Amino acid sequence: MSKPGAIDFSTFPDASGHFGPYGGRFVSETLISALDELQAMYMSLKDDPDFVAAFDHDLAHYVGRPSPLYLAERLTEQAGGARIWLKREDLNHTGAHKVNNTVGQALLAKQSGKTRVIAETGAGQHGVATATVAARLGLSCTVYMGAADVKRQSPNVYRMKLLGAEVVPVESGSKTLKDAMNEAMRDWVTNVDNTFYIIGTVAGPHPYPQLVRDFNSIIGREARRQSLERFGQLPDALVACVGGGSNAIGLFHPFLNDTQVKMFGVEAGGKGLASGKHAAPLNDGIPGVLHGNRTYLMEDDDGQIIETHSVSAGLDYPGVGPEHAWLKDIGRVEYVTADDDEALDAFRRLTRTEGILPALESSHAVAYALKLAGSMSPEQNIVVNLSGRGDKDIFTVAAIDGIEV
Amino acid sequence: MTDQNRIDRRFAKLRGEGRKALVTYIVAGDGGLQNTVPLMHKLVASGADVIELGVPFSDPMAEGPVIQRGHERALAGGASLRKCLALVDEFRQNDKDTPVILMGYANPIQRMGEQVFAEAAAEAGVDGALTVDLPAEEAGALNSFMAERNLRNIFLLTPTTTEERIGEITTLASGFVYYVSLKGVTGAGHLDLESVRDNLEHIRQFTDLPLCVGFGIKDGSSARSVSANGDGAVVGSVLVSAVGDAVDASAAEERVGEIVSEMRQALDQ
Repeated sequence: MSKPGAIDFSTFPDASGHFGPYGGRFVSETLISALDELQAMYMSLKDDPDFVAAFDHDLAHYVGRPSPLYLAERLTEQAGGARIWLKREDLNHTGAHKVNNTVGQALLAKQSGKTRVIAETGAGQHGVATATVAARLGLSCTVYMGAADVKRQSPNVYRMKLLGAEVVPVESGSKTLKDAMNEAMRDWVTNVDNTFYIIGTVAGPHPYPQLVRDFNSIIGREARRQSLERFGQLPDALVACVGGGSNAIGLFHPFLNDTQVKMFGVEAGGKGLASGKHAAPLNDGIPGVLHGNRTYLMEDDDGQIIETHSVSAGLDYPGVGPEHAWLKDIGRVEYVTADDDEALDAFRRLTRTEGILPALESSHAVAYALKLAGSMSPEQNIVVNLSGRGDKDIFTVAAIDGIEV
Repeated sequence: MTDQNRIDRRFAKLRGEGRKALVTYIVAGDGGLQNTVPLMHKLVASGADVIELGVPFSDPMAEGPVIQRGHERALAGGASLRKCLALVDEFRQNDKDTPVILMGYANPIQRMGEQVFAEAAAEAGVDGALTVDLPAEEAGALNSFMAERNLRNIFLLTPTTTEERIGEITTLASGFVYYVSLKGVTGAGHLDLESVRDNLEHIRQFTDLPLCVGFGIKDGSSARSVSANGDGAVVGSVLVSAVGDAVDASAAEERVGEIVSEMRQALDQ
């Protein structure tokens, strides 16, 4: 129930893709017709009963949804406050929330009649999720990945190759996710006649921030229903990590109109905000234009995008989805940080207390939830998005521990 | 400062002479900041009508590999939007007539502030801007600030731009219209001359502005063919490639001069 005069969050973005001053479509004219075509197709299909049924069918029988809402009892005991519930996106097929979106976009690709899909990837989770749906539909698949990420995420590179995808290391710029996204855009504009671009996060030009959000909103819709079933009320707080922000918006969006539910987006604090070596544009960036949308960015005084740092490759991105930028400005969501050390502590703590190995990305959310729970009372409930599993990260953690695996 | 903009003056003159415009693109600061102004003068001496000065950006999304590397080299050498403006100011000390356009991306301008940018550009002697990732829908504010200072707003049209958008864009555009001859990034191959001709004829129905054709022009003969139905040719990647391959600044100037002279001759044939 929203009060008169309150914002109805379900009506955003507006027709031109804006969330307040953010979002929009900042691309070369060469891409406009492809985006118009995608937008027209999405708008005609998103409420189409056959399309919705096909999506729900794939989520149930291919992804394995609904994902459980799990009460982490020992973790709750250790935090000494509110009950901590984990939304287990790590149990999805391919091991993260990313597949919710790629299953949805694959249906769009199929509908468009295009025979080839492309994607950008950072940690490789979105690349794997894209290669997976491409294999299932028999589509040719090319994944762009920064050359630096290819090195630090080699298990996912091999998974993509096993799935039949071509992985192209991107040598330009900082050789990370942002450069992979530039390269995927260039491929798309060149091969738009036969190619569908599956963007992996809620950034990019309109309509991507909207459609990626809509596909991931299954997380929040389920969590809302499960909360009512399991503890008879809505959660007091939601916590999710934010890189581009797709898992966070997926959890938050179905609750935005429930003004009593507090929300916390956790950015990568890296080596600490003061060090400048982090990936927290909402905490320490300013609004600008990158990758087709206006949003908060990490940049220098000349407007050049600067390199980011995080122990987790999936959060290592200098921008953030435009809806998050707007939710920050209007104060609906509070954006905080967890640094590398806090995330690593949470990674170990969750593994040892609950037998759940979280992705380093999701560990940032767990780290903040532990602090938050301690400041709340035992009858309150926090839902944490456990957006992915940590198997891909064991080499990174082993290296930090000085162990060769 | 006269009322008439240098871009308008140059195209009027060329039209009077029945000649095509040669628009040349280099990246500001590529090959060393101190060598950019001499290179601009070399472009003019070799027959360029308009200089498009690329403003380096960390994420040049619409550029092919050649121009991307030009941006990276320029940034490594300390180039920035402010320094580009200083270079134009320096160029103007010895050249009061050749139009200079800044071609770049939205974020450096956003960071400086759109109004501050328009004022600084006018002060420096810039004549117009083409902001690649600022399509008509998002260009309103910058356009007004530019127009207030008598600066021109150059827009791209592509083979996939719809009729409705051609109408909207040509209403906002001034100076000239830049027609992108193919699908893809800068420096790509595969020109389709027949489609260029048909599209230019179609765009003529919407605007009297000069139409210049770019993307995929490699030499005098391709410049001549694509501009046959337009008012000029834009050449970029082949020049940026020459700067990148040159062993030093004088070699870069010499090679760029040769390429531009050859194109000038081909266009004037």
